[in-house]
Amino acid sequence: MELLTFPFMQRALIAALLTGLMAPAIGTYIVQRRLALLGDGLGHVAIAGVGLSLLMGWAPLPVAVVVAVLGALFIELLRQRGRATGDVALAILFYGGLAAGVLMAGAAGKGAGNLNSYLFGSLTTVTSGDLWLVLGLAVVVLVAALGLAPQLFAVCADEDFAKVQGLAVRWYSVLIVVLAAVTVTTAMRTVGLLLVSALLVVPVATAQNVFRGFFTGLAGAMALGVVVSLGGVVVSFHADLPPGALIVLGAIALYAVSWPVSRLLHRDHPVAIDDTVAERAHETTGEHADHAHGPGCGHRPVEHGDHLDYVHDGHRHAAHADHYDEH
Amino acid sequence: MSPARPLEVTHLNVSLGGIPIVKDVSLTVGSGEIVALMGGNGSGKTTLIRASLGLVEHQRGDVRLFGDSLVGFKHWERLGYVPQRANVALHATAVGELVASGRLSRRRPFVPASKADKAATTAALERVGLTHKRTEPFVHLSGGQQQRVLIARALAGEPDLLVLDEPFVGVDVATQESLAGLFAGLRDEGKAVLVVVHELGPFAGLIDRTVTLVEGRVAHDAVGHDHHHRRPAGASRVIQGVEAPWSS
Repeated sequence: MELLTFPFMQRALIAALLTGLMAPAIGTYIVQRRLALLGDGLGHVAIAGVGLSLLMGWAPLPVAVVVAVLGALFIELLRQRGRATGDVALAILFYGGLAAGVLMAGAAGKGAGNLNSYLFGSLTTVTSGDLWLVLGLAVVVLVAALGLAPQLFAVCADEDFAKVQGLAVRWYSVLIVVLAAVTVTTAMRTVGLLLVSALLVVPVATAQNVFRGFFTGLAGAMALGVVVSLGGVVVSFHADLPPGALIVLGAIALYAVSWPVSRLLHRDHPVAIDDTVAERAHETTGEHADHAHGPGCGHRPVEHGDHLDYVHDGHRHAAHADHYDEH
Repeated sequence: MSPARPLEVTHLNVSLGGIPIVKDVSLTVGSGEIVALMGGNGSGKTTLIRASLGLVEHQRGDVRLFGDSLVGFKHWERLGYVPQRANVALHATAVGELVASGRLSRRRPFVPASKADKAATTAALERVGLTHKRTEPFVHLSGGQQQRVLIARALAGEPDLLVLDEPFVGVDVATQESLAGLFAGLRDEGKAVLVVVHELGPFAGLIDRTVTLVEGRVAHDAVGHDHHHRRPAGASRVIQGVEAPWSS
């Protein structure tokens, strides 16, 4: 626990904790809206803000936040206008941001080496001024992402229905991308701008594998985010490796583990289909001596109307008295 | 003074991308009335109901909901909308969560769900017979069950006007019959129902009026479910720019 005695590590751990909470919280909505790569693009835009601040000698974090939020508003405006060419416009915005950032950093005489700590995270660079700003922004993001969870969920699940409920769908859509922009930028010291998008997406995908329900998944994703963020910072300190890479690879490792776990959890979970036949001819399966169908028998259960079928050799078997019927 | 009708559409024109889709359509749905909106693919049924709910803009004509104009409409809690099933994007969402989101028209931001909200969610699930599926992921349900969930979500808001877009597509006969019973119950409570359907099926006996669109125009506005064929003399008429006597 000696690492807690270093002030720079205390700051890094607090920043990582807040990032780990924020990124999956807002990432849950981003993933639901199928905008998984939005965070990546916003990270690229924020790099322009970092370059600008290096050039002008300003503090990087506030400038990057402002630039990323402006980029987010622009992207959302394009989306709401339903521009078919949005894809190309986004690409131009993203790579323009990256190129402008690198150019301005170069012009400031602080080349790629200095920019590196923003791209991939660096423990020693979190200043106490940064930390207060990150804390303030984290409170704003979490209050909005959790306090407005029912509304944001409804907007992401079914925009038309949300509109007919009288929800200000446009406003909530803007809110989601602005919160994402703020989250991405505040994560630049710990995960870095090029890798932060993974923290928005991967813990969410992991949680969806393991947890059932949107709000349980949201809480689970935040817990996973905290675990991998703190874990990455601790390992980074001991192994002297970049924290961002460790955090992202940790998140992906958990996702890899969650996949077989979800297979095990859902193996006996029936998928439902409708019973479309009012009266069906009675057709028995013939010899069925090898085993009785039931939980864990290895055959996929199917909820068929009011009973369970089991998929066996390409047939659906339904129990009937002392034998099985073909359904 | 009689209360205003839940839905009153007059001489509505809607274009999508510059192409006229709905042309001079007038339609009313009264309280305690079930109206079927029929017509072939591309006849403008979905566009008409989406315009009636303010989801797409109309160019000419007027939409009134409970007597109020769509512009600045406030009483969204009186509307229940059941969109086509394919348009709902969900991953791990549980049935209960989805149904509970139907209460948002009655809830305020940052305020947790009240006892009344939870009770209405439970009642809506009961009404469609899916209480036992509350914690199941929506995607694990059968087509008929998913349709019932979307109807429960609309019912959770305790609407006075229920608008359904093709609720019977891909739904088994047993579900259609149970939904017919549900709509009859709503009508008896004095609610208004507007339903877009391809064919009436087990629903036929319930319909108070059938409006048929052909190429964006009202071709028939008929009492009951008879249209095109076997319609009783005087009960139905072809509209030619004249309002039907029962809609005034």
